[in-house]
Amino acid sequence: MSGWVSLSGVTVRRRGRTILGPLDATLNGGGLTILMGPNGAGKTTLLRVLHGLERVNTGDVHWTDPKDADGRSQGFVFQTPVLMRRSVLDCIAYPLLLDGVSRTQAREQARAHAAEVGLTVNLDQAVTFLSGGEKQKMALARALMRRPRILFLDEPCANLDGRSVKEIEEILHRIKAGGTRILMSTHDMGQARRLADDVLFLHAGKLVEQSNGDDFFRSPRTAEAKAYLKGEILL
Amino acid sequence: MNSIGEGLWQAARLVATLNPDLVEITALSLRVSLGATVVASCIGLPLGAWLAVNRFPARRFVIAILNALMGLPPVVVGLIVYVLFSRSGPLGVLGLLFTPTAMVIAQVIIITPIIASVAHQAIRDLWADYHDLLISLQATRLQRIKTLLWDGRRALMTASLAGFGRAIGEVGAIMIVGGNIDHATRVLTTAIALETGKGEFDMALALGFVLIGLAILVNLGLHFISRTERGARW
Repeated sequence: MSGWVSLSGVTVRRRGRTILGPLDATLNGGGLTILMGPNGAGKTTLLRVLHGLERVNTGDVHWTDPKDADGRSQGFVFQTPVLMRRSVLDCIAYPLLLDGVSRTQAREQARAHAAEVGLTVNLDQAVTFLSGGEKQKMALARALMRRPRILFLDEPCANLDGRSVKEIEEILHRIKAGGTRILMSTHDMGQARRLADDVLFLHAGKLVEQSNGDDFFRSPRTAEAKAYLKGEILL
Repeated sequence: MNSIGEGLWQAARLVATLNPDLVEITALSLRVSLGATVVASCIGLPLGAWLAVNRFPARRFVIAILNALMGLPPVVVGLIVYVLFSRSGPLGVLGLLFTPTAMVIAQVIIITPIIASVAHQAIRDLWADYHDLLISLQATRLQRIKTLLWDGRRALMTASLAGFGRAIGEVGAIMIVGGNIDHATRVLTTAIALETGKGEFDMALALGFVLIGLAILVNLGLHFISRTERGARW
């Protein structure tokens, strides 16, 4: 089956321990794919492998469209937003500065992106003064600056309050509607139900189940997924 | 205690009357030390950033050497520069011995490892914070270093100030390569050494207080210009 990206025999080992794989998977969904699984399942590692932040020890990642493979056509939002020692506006504008866009133009576009994600704070203040939700919105706006074809999000709503979570989810809906593929990890079952078009369920570094979002939550096929959805602790 | 009080009083008098000799040696002290700081910063800051960002086999060894060079004995540096620039030395043809340029060169050698080492520590911490983002955004190596230098500019200013502090208070090397020649290479520290040698402790202390005041003023000025400790803005 051909999707937009395929992984074959991918393993990632660190300090003598296999933290991901061997993993074979093909991602087909055009919308929002949720990565689920307990801590240590390999969700973050998988996102990092796909974005090129992590090297694989064995196996291959094959992108159907070479344009998707280019890191510049991908965006990544980290669980803990990376706060540059700059103003909010300059943090958001940064990717365009790397691309050689003038500072004035980059800041202009950054202002538009800040508005797009509903960041209505003083954009000239230091980024450290933002609240948790605002920091994550800043990170989202920054990741969107290059108009990515694929957006990776690593538990972007961890430690956020309900209101911020709702705002981020609305933004993700809009990004998806704009044609960007989203691959996001989360522990929040409710959020996964609300957002998932597809689900990849990982456990102990292996892909245990891959299915359509509705099917996954209605009738999970594997014992691990069933147990996880029931809230049981997977070892 | 009496000498200290007298020294303070003399220092105030020299500054208030803008004593021409004091102005001359203070200006030369500033010129030499600031010049050395600028040159050493141009070498040390990028070197520190480069060491923080790059991984190569001898990296740890280079960092260890750099840290060890922070304790470079100024007298030895002075001696080496003296030998290099003396008439029979390999660079004697340049005729730089006993000139402010030779003093700058000696100070650059002394303070570059300090600036590079402090910069390396600061940039290494910043690189740990920025690593994933800069790799994710596919910043080139040069872009990474430029970003780290710019965003770490406050910590790097501290590195440069540490170098300046060492340079302005340095006496051994510049005494050897400068020669403490009146109206030519005499600076505050060498003048202090001279006055102490003559037994003129009040004058030596007065110059010492001027030196301390100068170092504080330069530090405050740079902090003011770079707007440190104004938290809400970068």
